Amino acid sequence: MSRLATLQIYTAHAHPLAEGRAWRPWAMMIPTPRHQHVRPHGPFSEVYEPAEDTFLLLDALEKDAAQIREARCELRRAGRSSEKPVSSQWEQPVGKQRGLTSHCNRVPVTGLLPRLNGKVDLLLFNPPYVVTPSEEVESHGIEAAWAGGKNGREVMDRLFPLVPDLLSKGGLFYLVTIKENNPDDILETMKKYGLRGIRVLSRQAGRETLTILKFSKF
Amino acid sequence: MKLLTHNMLTSHVRGVRPGGGFPLRIQATEVKVNSVDFNQEFVARMIPKVEWGALVEAAESLGHLSDLPPQLPPEYQSNEDFLRKVHHVLLEVEVMEGVLKCPDSGREFPITKGIPNMLLSEEET
Repeated sequence: MSRLATLQIYTAHAHPLAEGRAWRPWAMMIPTPRHQHVRPHGPFSEVYEPAEDTFLLLDALEKDAAQIREARCELRRAGRSSEKPVSSQWEQPVGKQRGLTSHCNRVPVTGLLPRLNGKVDLLLFNPPYVVTPSEEVESHGIEAAWAGGKNGREVMDRLFPLVPDLLSKGGLFYLVTIKENNPDDILETMKKYGLRGIRVLSRQAGRETLTILKFSKF
Repeated sequence: MKLLTHNMLTSHVRGVRPGGGFPLRIQATEVKVNSVDFNQEFVARMIPKVEWGALVEAAESLGHLSDLPPQLPPEYQSNEDFLRKVHHVLLEVEVMEGVLKCPDSGREFPITKGIPNMLLSEEET
């Protein structure tokens, strides 16, 4: 799913799977999301294509599909013309885009507050999590799509305090992390914000040890 | 930008009165209508999250009012005809190019390739 928005707030969306993903015993095999539009000749050529982090997030969502439905999030496959999520930047392409990502990095979701307080059933965040010099976080270049600054935490740490306000009762928050972000510390931090978290899935992808965390209100 | 998106966006320019940044006025130069599969349950669930007056105003400003009434009708959850109209306005009408204008400060936010950019400069926040 889109990294463009880096952050996606779903109240309903299309969700599907991509090629080249691990075998999943629980899988119902939801079809691959379309991402032709982010290829070099597509209309969003500055958005790069989804990779293992995105696929692991999708796997986690598919694994939890029943629970997500129960949370009334309407995990729904959209057909034909609209294989795109319906969320805030939810019309957005799969991949990452320069301008908007840096936008989100600087002022995460303030454009949606307080309007969405308590109304978000499913919040997905695939943040810029790579450990980089802090200066890169504020960059306007493509590196802003992945630059997470110190411990890769500088961007995600800004969102965390807003999550309890955004989530509806029963709402769920999924977060992509790598080992360097210290997932255990994130779980502890979120407790202070009244959110209970667990690890949903982990996978080694090249140098990255990816983990998807899931949070809900106590 | 779907009108569902528009309904959730607020301007946070420095100095804006509390609540004054909503709803953003739409000045569209290109509007597209896409076909999206209808999911009655989804639309019925979204309606309580939508600011109805802002949706009607936005749809009307784009010439896509689609017979939406000024007030939310009672018992709408089971009114398929009505929910189909709301579905159309929320999800199928899409602003591709134009600007969103803050009703309080007048600050304009560009919409490019269907994506609203709510970025503010350091001085504006």
